[in-house]
Amino acid sequence: MLPYVIRRFLYGALILLGVNLATFFLFFTVNTPDDMARLNIGGKHVTQDLIDKWKAERGYDKPLYVNDAKQGVERYTETIFWERSISLFELRFGRADGDAAGDIGQEVARRMWVSLQLALPLFVLQVIASTGFALLLVMFRHTRLDFWGVVTCVVMLSISSFFYIIVGQLVFARMLRLAPISGYVAGWDVGKFLLLPIFLSLLARLGTEARLYRAMFLEEIGKDYVRTARAKGMAEVVVLYRHVLRNALIPIVTSAGSYLPYVFLGSLVFESFFGLPGLGAYVIEAITKQDFAIVRTMVFVGSLLYIATYVLIDVAYTWVDPRVRLS
Amino acid sequence: MKLVVLWTDATVWALVACAVAYAALVLRTPNLRASWRKVFRDAPALSSAIVLALCLVVTVADSVHWRRALPPAAGTPVGAPVQYEPVTRSALDAALTELIESREVTYSRPFDYLSFTKDTVSVNGQLRRVAPRLLHGGVHLADPEHQWKADLLARGGIGLLRGLLLALAAGALLTWLLGRGRGTGFFETAGAIWRNEGEIPWRAALWTVVVVGLLAGVVTSYMGWYHVFGTDTTGNDVLYQALKSIRTAFVIGALATVATLPLAVVLGIMAGYFRGWVDEVIQYVYTVLSSVPNVLLIAACVLMVQVFLDKHPEMFETGVERADVKLFLLCTVLGLTGWASLCRLLRAETMKLRELDFVQAADAFGVSAWRIMTRHVFPNVAHLMLIVTVLDFSALILYEAVLSYVGVGVDPSMNSFGGMINLARKEMSRDPVVWWSFAAAFGFMVTVVLAANLFADGVRDAFDPRARAFRPRLMVPKKSKVA
Repeated sequence: MLPYVIRRFLYGALILLGVNLATFFLFFTVNTPDDMARLNIGGKHVTQDLIDKWKAERGYDKPLYVNDAKQGVERYTETIFWERSISLFELRFGRADGDAAGDIGQEVARRMWVSLQLALPLFVLQVIASTGFALLLVMFRHTRLDFWGVVTCVVMLSISSFFYIIVGQLVFARMLRLAPISGYVAGWDVGKFLLLPIFLSLLARLGTEARLYRAMFLEEIGKDYVRTARAKGMAEVVVLYRHVLRNALIPIVTSAGSYLPYVFLGSLVFESFFGLPGLGAYVIEAITKQDFAIVRTMVFVGSLLYIATYVLIDVAYTWVDPRVRLS
Repeated sequence: MKLVVLWTDATVWALVACAVAYAALVLRTPNLRASWRKVFRDAPALSSAIVLALCLVVTVADSVHWRRALPPAAGTPVGAPVQYEPVTRSALDAALTELIESREVTYSRPFDYLSFTKDTVSVNGQLRRVAPRLLHGGVHLADPEHQWKADLLARGGIGLLRGLLLALAAGALLTWLLGRGRGTGFFETAGAIWRNEGEIPWRAALWTVVVVGLLAGVVTSYMGWYHVFGTDTTGNDVLYQALKSIRTAFVIGALATVATLPLAVVLGIMAGYFRGWVDEVIQYVYTVLSSVPNVLLIAACVLMVQVFLDKHPEMFETGVERADVKLFLLCTVLGLTGWASLCRLLRAETMKLRELDFVQAADAFGVSAWRIMTRHVFPNVAHLMLIVTVLDFSALILYEAVLSYVGVGVDPSMNSFGGMINLARKEMSRDPVVWWSFAAAFGFMVTVVLAANLFADGVRDAFDPRARAFRPRLMVPKKSKVA
């Protein structure tokens, strides 16, 4: 099992190298640092001096991939590519491109906890609510409840999450005054600010997930062991909860797992709508301010989290399911 | 007049041509024809197809652009090049001229004849805050306070009647065509449709036509007299914006999914067929691609596109052309970043197929790898391509709104549902609430996305029997006869 785990980790590192290369190409070769400088300084009177100063302040004043002025190893290490890549892998993210912006690493470390506060309870509740609703529909399968349940799911998944947010804020926050519209405080009081985003996010994703999980349950119900269990004379409820639920949880957790990176990254839309200073809101701010350093860093952090999650899920599988280990 | 062919126009027309070619292929191929019959046997799918077809008509009408020639200015020499208006119009704009020209000063409620905001005017020497009359909405009323209700009712009634007549005419035409095909009389066919006999649920289709006809009849009878969905902050008619947004949604949904196909199909089949190092490399590339969170990757690409466009302002004659190139590039970006999941699916399916006897036999006969992939593997994975394409269509329409919100969506000057929602967000926090733009965006968007979803479900059921689990089934035996 250990060689398998090591292999997975190495492959993950290889993927991360690829991501790094791709993002560097996208951010520095498609548009050169000069273009970024011109865009960032703005205005009509952009002189070469200003551009050079801007580049020097941010460490972009070196050749991209190969430094012809140097000899030996320094030909490759004294370049933007080498410096940027090394600092990313060491998790030193450096300063943002904006003039007043601070250190990206500190921001990420601070904002990650805010994102976690929103996303972790959301993730758990999401799995519970969607599985619960799907189980309800499966228990009453082939009845009117199931039929209209699925119709509701299809309608719900056809509605953009913005509608849930805007209508939810209008109804629950402004009209009924059950929760504040948006905002954030540190400490335990944050609960009341998280209530509405969590609830609306649950609602927005319920249709898609419940329908998917229902299909997974139904696929499981058609299998032989379920018929055997029924033939033994077990009650339907026992069959459903003891046999089907447990086996269907494997594909459910896998599909829910693909959402895990966002637990850390936070939901872009929900965070910025509800004024939560998490990583998602950070990304949106960076995009509006066209701060490429932040976007580049977030691409790296996002894929790092994604790869880490998948390696962990894979490793967990080998532990839970011996068949994976043997193949 | 000068015809302007925008990038997305050209692709829309190319896609329509492809769709026609595909339809011809379906009619020639018995098993494809059978599968598509199965799609239309599903009443929701059939009704949605009608709604989508209407949206497609709007899209195509909005994809013919031209610029009118300006009258030559005084003193220009004969033979000087003709100058054109800076405004690019489409066939849809020409049909909706009255909506474009009935521009108000600012917000106004649906069907209202007064402005939403109040102005200070002096009445008999006293300053009073009153809501002024609109410039176009309800301007034909001399005494609005008394005439307004009656006028609304009368116009609505006429519209309903017109819509009903239109729908009935369409229904009669359909019945006549069906009757001719079946060789039954008109009333006999009508009875059969009413009792929902036969394979295709024409009754549901007719109901859809009636509902759409009534809505369209009412809306068109108010058009030019009132603002059915009100006006936005700059006084533009919201109905016009919503209709224009349909094209943006369709272009994004269709173009971005089609843009994923070449890479996904070629690489997926190659990886599954060749295995070995080809498979390893392709897997590596798509794993790298899919390990970057999607929104971030798209945002990064679009930001770069933006810098490129800002650097080359001379490439575009008008703002419309610039916005259009941006939309085109956005679709390309969506296509280039979104092919991983389909590729993975096709790879797995190809791996299964290549072990089957017919592929092995072709291999033994010495058929080249290229020919096996195109003639034997591709036709057997094409249904997956179709299913994923129609499923992605609606997802992308929803996604456009998110991208526009994040700031990497379509150009703000271009009408889109995402842009409408973005503006509505601020309007909804006003007091009193400006709700109509939001409601219009909601109504149109849900209709389009729901129709796309229902149609996609029908296609998936017909082409992939295993997907039936997504459907609810009542255990009540159905009365309908399957022909």
